[in-house]
Amino acid sequence: MKQVTTKSMPYEDWKDNEYIENLVNELRENGVNVLVGSLDKLINWGRSNSLWPLTFATSCCGIEFVSLGAARFDMARFGWEVARASPRQADFMMVAGTIVHRMVPVFRRLYDQLAEPKYVIACGGCAISGGPFRKSYHVAKGIEDIVPVDVFVPGCPPRPEAMIYGIMQLSRKIKVERFFGGVNRQQSRKEFFDQAEKSEGND
Amino acid sequence: MANLQEKIAKAFPEAKFTEGEILLVEIPDNNLHDLVKSLRDDAENPFDYLVTIVGMDWVTSLGCVYYLTSTKTREFVSIKVSTTDREKPCLTSIADLYRIAGIYEREVFDFYGIVFAGNPDMRRLFLSIDWKGFPLRKDYDADPALNPPTTDNERQSDFTQTYTRAADGKIECKDVRVFNEEDFVVNIGPQHPATHGVLRFRTAIDGETIKKIDVYMGYIHRGVEKLCEDLSYMQTLHFMDRLDYFSAHNYHHGLCLCIEKAAGIEAPRRAQILRVIFDELSRIASHCLFIGTFCMDLGATTMLFYTLRVREQILDIMEKTCGARMTFNYDVIGGVIAEPDPDLKKDIRALLDTIPANVKEYNKIFTGNVIAKNRMEGVGVLTREDAISYAITGPSGRASGWACDVRKTHPYAVYPELKFEQVVRGEGDSMARFKNRLEEIEQSAAILEQLLEMLPDEGEICAKVPKVLKLPQGHWFQVVEGCRGLFGVYLESDGSTKPFRLKLATPSLPAAAVVDHITSGQKIADLITIGGSMDYIVPDMDR
Amino acid sequence: MSNYTIDNFNSFAQWFDGALNSVLPAWLSTTIECVLVGLILLLAYSVLALFYILYERKICAYFQCRLGPNRVGPWGLLQSCADMFKILIKELISLKHIDKFLFALAPYLVIIASMLCFAVLPWGNGLQLINFNIGIFFLIACSSIGVLGILLAGWSSNNKFTLVGALRSGAQMVSYELSVGLSILTMVAFAGTMDIVSIVEAQADGWFIFKAHIPAIIAFIIYMIAGTAETNRGPFDLPEAESELTAGYHTEYSGIHFGFFYLAEYLNLFIVSGVATLMFFGGWMPLRVAGWDGFNEIMGYIPSVVWFIGKAILLSFIIIWFKWTYPRLRIDQLLSLEWKYLLPINLFNLVLMVVIVIQGWYFGAN
Repeated sequence: MKQVTTKSMPYEDWKDNEYIENLVNELRENGVNVLVGSLDKLINWGRSNSLWPLTFATSCCGIEFVSLGAARFDMARFGWEVARASPRQADFMMVAGTIVHRMVPVFRRLYDQLAEPKYVIACGGCAISGGPFRKSYHVAKGIEDIVPVDVFVPGCPPRPEAMIYGIMQLSRKIKVERFFGGVNRQQSRKEFFDQAEKSEGND
Repeated sequence: MANLQEKIAKAFPEAKFTEGEILLVEIPDNNLHDLVKSLRDDAENPFDYLVTIVGMDWVTSLGCVYYLTSTKTREFVSIKVSTTDREKPCLTSIADLYRIAGIYEREVFDFYGIVFAGNPDMRRLFLSIDWKGFPLRKDYDADPALNPPTTDNERQSDFTQTYTRAADGKIECKDVRVFNEEDFVVNIGPQHPATHGVLRFRTAIDGETIKKIDVYMGYIHRGVEKLCEDLSYMQTLHFMDRLDYFSAHNYHHGLCLCIEKAAGIEAPRRAQILRVIFDELSRIASHCLFIGTFCMDLGATTMLFYTLRVREQILDIMEKTCGARMTFNYDVIGGVIAEPDPDLKKDIRALLDTIPANVKEYNKIFTGNVIAKNRMEGVGVLTREDAISYAITGPSGRASGWACDVRKTHPYAVYPELKFEQVVRGEGDSMARFKNRLEEIEQSAAILEQLLEMLPDEGEICAKVPKVLKLPQGHWFQVVEGCRGLFGVYLESDGSTKPFRLKLATPSLPAAAVVDHITSGQKIADLITIGGSMDYIVPDMDR
Repeated sequence: MSNYTIDNFNSFAQWFDGALNSVLPAWLSTTIECVLVGLILLLAYSVLALFYILYERKICAYFQCRLGPNRVGPWGLLQSCADMFKILIKELISLKHIDKFLFALAPYLVIIASMLCFAVLPWGNGLQLINFNIGIFFLIACSSIGVLGILLAGWSSNNKFTLVGALRSGAQMVSYELSVGLSILTMVAFAGTMDIVSIVEAQADGWFIFKAHIPAIIAFIIYMIAGTAETNRGPFDLPEAESELTAGYHTEYSGIHFGFFYLAEYLNLFIVSGVATLMFFGGWMPLRVAGWDGFNEIMGYIPSVVWFIGKAILLSFIIIWFKWTYPRLRIDQLLSLEWKYLLPINLFNLVLMVVIVIQGWYFGAN
């Protein structure tokens, strides 16, 4: 497998590649047959190039997400502009803003309503860790405790450029996935929720 | 003020007075309702506008501070009521006098557990019904194990409580249904494209017609007021960026003014001008985004892109000076944090050149459109009396014919020197609210032009402020005009380096509370129009 | 028959039919032909839908001073292909508490309705599936099946939003069907036939919109408005009004089931503009200007298929233009527009057209 990158973005410009490098190495070692491999390629090409976001925003980051859609940053160039209001039709969820206790069940339900394959981007300090509100009595300390997160985009709020970079990283991550066997996301997700349940039980 | 004090003292001999910038009247609970009623109904000086109710925990007692204003003389008065009962605190409700009081009292109940006898709807406002404890009490147990975040669905109740006080002082609680049993209730939100964030309307509909709306807030309640109590004054400032993120500069300005008032500092003139420049820039940016999202709610998506063009230009100007696109943190105690960018004047002039053409274009595309007219005219009419009673300020209040611009009524910073019109319309419908904001863009542009003339090229930008700021004991109240209306800051200090209580009275909370009143009998699509035109920001109302 | 079109698919079809029949038994050759035609139609359907999705995204991007999709494939041409691949393998969420059979049936009804309409469009000279004397009637009848799918989708999802969306859509479609029908009827009164081929051929010496002047133009405007409403597109997109009902009647659909609704929406756009082309702009007839013989000859060399699709795409541009300019109507305004304005105007227009036909006050009257 070649280096994973997206159009008009040289490979050297990617930072923090460790995770994807590891995935690629794993794939190289396992090897696949030609037919399945090329089918996978086709599917991943479709998936990675057609990321439809869920219209979901709670606070400031959501406004930057609106700017991302506007003429200056124009996420339509990459085909991300088909923002769906119904989670069943969306591919990824840009968690833009703080998730508070009262929102947690709603957020979890939204995640469950997304159709597979689904991805989550934690966007901004609040979604990553609680950000400036971490000490509050009513703020969840990062969405990582609630759902598995694919990409973290730091910032408060992240600039639209950072968001583009984040979604591109997601797109790269999808490119190294395997539809037929290999790196199976559903498996790891099951583990995530089993773990979460266990730790909740321990409390 | 003396006049007012005499008048109250005559009618209520129990009242105790503390003079200050704003007269504080301390009164026993059983006289509160009568006092407020007599103040409200006063013919010459009617205190008909309830600015905010500040819930308080003075450790020895619990209570509230009411801030009232007269729309005629613009005089402020504050009333303090307290109770020493910490187990079952109960005060008298004034929800029958001011429509907005019902929501404000729910907020106090949510934070302090004070029950208001006579309020028809005494549920928690921001926190879920299972929440243990009252977070803003000083003895609140913040142990996360008590209230862990859970992914289980929130427990709902179809009932609300009302409390009545019997003659012998016993408090009785009664359950009341929120909706009729046979109502068809649709849940709009918290995740819904039209609610501008995470607001939830439980809507009873009859076909396409709305019968009743029950507003649920708190899906982005971040407990800013409690967080501030653990931070130094300088540190509290940064939260102002994240409430109403479009009025970041204005809110900063308000809190800074309040702290400066308490500390006896005055910002240098150059800093004051700079603050106002950025206030007005953010007003233009905010109104631009309002127009865009409002039109998008009505289905005209393309407008959003045209208005965001101007907003991006303004963000560029702000970024050059403040270094960020949204969370600026530019106003600090004593002045502003940094020298303005050398290109500031040039950039703003370039912006001002493009604004008339842009406003003309917006009018051409949208305002004159026959569909837009049909969708907005006569939809969600709010009369002047209701606007005052519901405390709807800002462009929305002015659309109902209430001249409530704080920049004119209680001027601050350099506003008294500036010439501008207060845009007031009488129709009170969505169209008036929309047009008001369009015109305010032009007014702000006019203000900016004057400010550019006034801004000296060199000079001090920040007064000397001690590294660790300690405020004397006391309390202060400051109002400023945010992009959406009146923003009030109540600050109480116990003499330490941290605020004892910081209450933020934001304009979005009334804007959401009024939705039920002005939507009943209208269509579902009108809910979107009305919600859009009230222009509330959810983190601003939830705080 | 036009002298200017050089391609006639009739002769090709006859030759192909003869060739097959000469080597194979009749039943087998008929089956093969049916399968071939079906495949070609399906292919054309999906390719056109993909093109339309990209077309709208690009156009709206340019309206909004943006670039639109430009990264996937050359100039972003493959963007909608990528979307299709993704949507094909996206999970189909199975829901509890729904009517499973109707829920699954609804998207197929919608897509079958638009497929049926698509199939009877006259693509070019001699290039249509079946040519029968009530072709245009059949077209209208088929397009009405679509609303059934939408109603089913809304009802079977067991969701309040979808139900409201479906109810809106039902009221809207039934109302605007009238206007579509009446404006087509006006043109049928002029043409004197419901046979699609005859209608097109009657426009060989001048398109109906020019020939029948005022009533034709009125009928055309009404048809465009009603057609936009029929396809549930802005400013009449109430059934799926995003800011009111999340995604309207298809809120609960995911994966390829949602894909069907999505495709059908775009194809209906093509069908509406296709019918407009057929009724007002001469179908596959080339543009002719009396007296300019050289120009007419050159126009005649352009294949008839290109003429038809080109005209339809141009008309779709107008509908897309509507959508990205106007705000959405409210349901009561939508219905009063139809019942209080469009319908009376339409009825009056029909009478006017009949008078014109009887009196011979149109261009090209003998």
